[in-house]
Amino acid sequence: MRRYLTRKILIYTLTFFLAVTIDWLIPRFMPGDPIRNMLARVSVASNASAIQMMYDYYARLFGLDLPLWQQYLNFWKALFQGNLGISTYLFPTPVIEVLKRAVPYDAFLLIPSILLAWYAGNNFGAIAARSKRLDNFILPLSYVLTATPYMWLGILLAWFFGIVLGLFPIAGAYSFSLRPTWSWTFVLDLLHHWFLPFASLFIIDFGGWAIGMRNMIIYELEAEYSRYLTALGAPQRLIRRYAFNNAILPQITGLALRLGVIVAGALVTEVVFSYPGIGYLLLAAIQNQDYFLIQGCFLFIILGVLIANFVIDLVYIVVDPRTRRGMVGESA
Amino acid sequence: MRKLALSVFTMLILASLLLAACGPATTPTPEKIIQTVEVEKRVIETQIVEVTPTGQVAPTTYPRNETLYVSGAAWGPASTWNPFQPGMLANTTGTIGLVYEFLFFYDPLTDKFIPWLAEKGAWTDPTTYEVTLRKGLTWSDGRPLTAEDVKFTLELGKKYPALWFSPLWTNTGLTDVTLVDETTLKLTFKDPLYQEWENYLFNLPIVPKHLWENRSEEDITTGANENPVGSGAYLYLTHAEDRNVWVRNENWWGIPIFGKPAPKYIVDIRTSSNNVALGMVVKGELDLSNNFLPGIATLAEKGYVKTFYEKAPYMLSANTAVLFLNTTKKPLDDAKFRRALAFAIDVPSIVNVAYANLVKAASPSGLLPTMSKYDDQEVIARLGYTFDTAKAKQMLADAGYKDVNGDGFVEAPDGSKIELQVTCPNGWTDWMAAIDIIASSAQAAGINIKAAYPDYGAWNTALQGGTFDMTLNNWAQMSNTPWTLYNLLFRHPIQEQMQAGNFGRYVNQQMFDLVDALARIPTTDETGMKAATSKIQELMLTEMPVIPLWYNGLWAQWTETTWTNWPNEKNPVSLPTTWSGYWQMGGLQTLINLKPAVQP
Repeated sequence: MRRYLTRKILIYTLTFFLAVTIDWLIPRFMPGDPIRNMLARVSVASNASAIQMMYDYYARLFGLDLPLWQQYLNFWKALFQGNLGISTYLFPTPVIEVLKRAVPYDAFLLIPSILLAWYAGNNFGAIAARSKRLDNFILPLSYVLTATPYMWLGILLAWFFGIVLGLFPIAGAYSFSLRPTWSWTFVLDLLHHWFLPFASLFIIDFGGWAIGMRNMIIYELEAEYSRYLTALGAPQRLIRRYAFNNAILPQITGLALRLGVIVAGALVTEVVFSYPGIGYLLLAAIQNQDYFLIQGCFLFIILGVLIANFVIDLVYIVVDPRTRRGMVGESA
Repeated sequence: MRKLALSVFTMLILASLLLAACGPATTPTPEKIIQTVEVEKRVIETQIVEVTPTGQVAPTTYPRNETLYVSGAAWGPASTWNPFQPGMLANTTGTIGLVYEFLFFYDPLTDKFIPWLAEKGAWTDPTTYEVTLRKGLTWSDGRPLTAEDVKFTLELGKKYPALWFSPLWTNTGLTDVTLVDETTLKLTFKDPLYQEWENYLFNLPIVPKHLWENRSEEDITTGANENPVGSGAYLYLTHAEDRNVWVRNENWWGIPIFGKPAPKYIVDIRTSSNNVALGMVVKGELDLSNNFLPGIATLAEKGYVKTFYEKAPYMLSANTAVLFLNTTKKPLDDAKFRRALAFAIDVPSIVNVAYANLVKAASPSGLLPTMSKYDDQEVIARLGYTFDTAKAKQMLADAGYKDVNGDGFVEAPDGSKIELQVTCPNGWTDWMAAIDIIASSAQAAGINIKAAYPDYGAWNTALQGGTFDMTLNNWAQMSNTPWTLYNLLFRHPIQEQMQAGNFGRYVNQQMFDLVDALARIPTTDETGMKAATSKIQELMLTEMPVIPLWYNGLWAQWTETTWTNWPNEKNPVSLPTTWSGYWQMGGLQTLINLKPAVQP
């Protein structure tokens, strides 16, 4: 067990260093210069030498005037002090501050929609696999849902429920006439604004999970062990439980990976419903060569994916006896 | 296992609800709310009369009939309220103009300066500018605004070269600021650039000395300046990821002079896409949208929204879209080729198709309609260009550009192939459509031009580094002087990085001298200015190093369900805009003129 964990942790640490290095490197390979973008519109009256002075000043401020290797070392030094730098696109906001403000919106939107869609999708898929009538209905619907371009579905939802029926707002995380307070009015307003973006994410995810689960269950029910159990005269319930337990494994991996990238936000949702979040900022950061914000976002994405993977490893020990057995064999 | 999953799930839902509930609250934290209250309290202490302290608790909802909802200025979350931070303030439009004010405002529609903090200002001799402030000016914390504050602000530029207005001292010619009395200042210049100085009059925000004098250089140049204390008509109230909220300053010194701005609250909304802004306008959730909305002409015709002009172009013109040609590259170094290109570009299609008639074709001089008195009609009639493919072909042939290899495109006189690229940032859909038309119409005239859309950052680097072939740029906004545009077009000297103009690196000392001469003409000398701009236009149209194409609009569409009396062609008193940098050019005046649709 310990050996298994030590090895895993070592691999994850190595992956982390490598991934973060790439994360640091890639923005710097992009064509463009963050400070020039920052100063681009200072045209009012300043002459060329003044702009050069401003450029030098800001370059020094961000440490971008140093040789690359020095910048790289400084990056790690700052990272271990918990300092992700200052965003150039949202100057002078520290990157950590940008993330702290934007990520809660994504979590509020994505965690419930991912979990609920996963839960509902798997169950519907499992049921559909056993019921011909349901299968004939759920399967085509799920295929349509997963194949729907998300942008299109979102705009359709916003247009129909937001503009035609006027049931839901089409922009913002809460009314533009409200200030956040601890009141029912505010909480209800928050949920009211949350519903459409949530529903759009849920619908799309739901279809994907349902199809996956249905196919897995059918596969498992056809597997040798199911046939053997049937031949032994085991009750259908028991067989289905075994099938479900096996079929859920890849779905758990999928879920963890999906949760791991929450920090990347939900760009299209944010754009369609004008919902605040990190996706839109990340896009703007990339377009503006905001090295620090890009690094910060991807750092958390890397962490998210690694942690998710690590959790899967742990969860598998619990849910998959084969993993446990493998470990025992290993240490023996 | 199912039960476990269910309970874990419920817990996660609860946790996420909790997280999210904290989420929006993190932006305007309770601490900050308290701070705002404090600011307002300070106001009461000094001007005790009108308000009772109970009315000072920050509201949790803004009444619809007292609130103006706007969008189109901010494209990202608010990050700074520092009036000296270049380029960042669009996301907190209002920081300069609503909170911080200027010596003068400028009305581009009448080409007149409006004395603002200053009561008057004039050149007493060719190198001395005397400015007298109004009496009774106050900061929003109740302290008086005096000549000391103006002197302090001007001198910040001398002390810190990293501030954007430091060229006031190194370039414009300011050498000394002396206080004459409480409200009067004497500014001494050496070889003053009059045109540039007057541009500063309505662009340099004045900050309070008592709050800024102890700040470090870092704080002044890069600080976020939260909870700004200014002198203007509005105060900072709160902000979140997708909004900025301003509240009227009931003690604003300008109320007796200019009148009280009608909306008590301004909620400036950042929409993530134009579709959302359009939907909100149609639903009546936005009073004024300053976004570029492509289909707005149809909606205006059907009466869903109002625009400045009832018919095309619907919008006022805000800046000129200019095609910069990289004169260091062949064949763009040949004036004859450049002139032929000007005739080959199908501007009418850009106006009709790419913009669906929301814009106007530009004058060949490049000057905005508000500056049209500086157009030399004779020069333009003689040297101007219009879309004419046949003529462009003829001009190319005359200059020796012929299709030698039979691929349908001309080759240079020396036989080398011509392959050019016209660029604009990816995602700027109107410009992308426009450069497609530029490319296809040039191809029709036999010039091989292809359109390309690099990311903004890459585009900007190519622009400033001079590695592009041809690109669009519109960085000269409405201004008090034609010099602003010509300074953008013919900025000099040529450096490794051209950050603020002359991106095509056009070198012509004669042109540089003409632009410099224009900068030195006193603004009262309109005849002199006209003579100077005429010479510039003559040389520019002969050499054609840049091609002005069309005027981008001052995008504005509004509804009248809550607020009426917007400016329009019949009532052209101000600009219907919330863009950063435009409050002092009529944006604030629009707010003052607004009337509630339903009288309370």
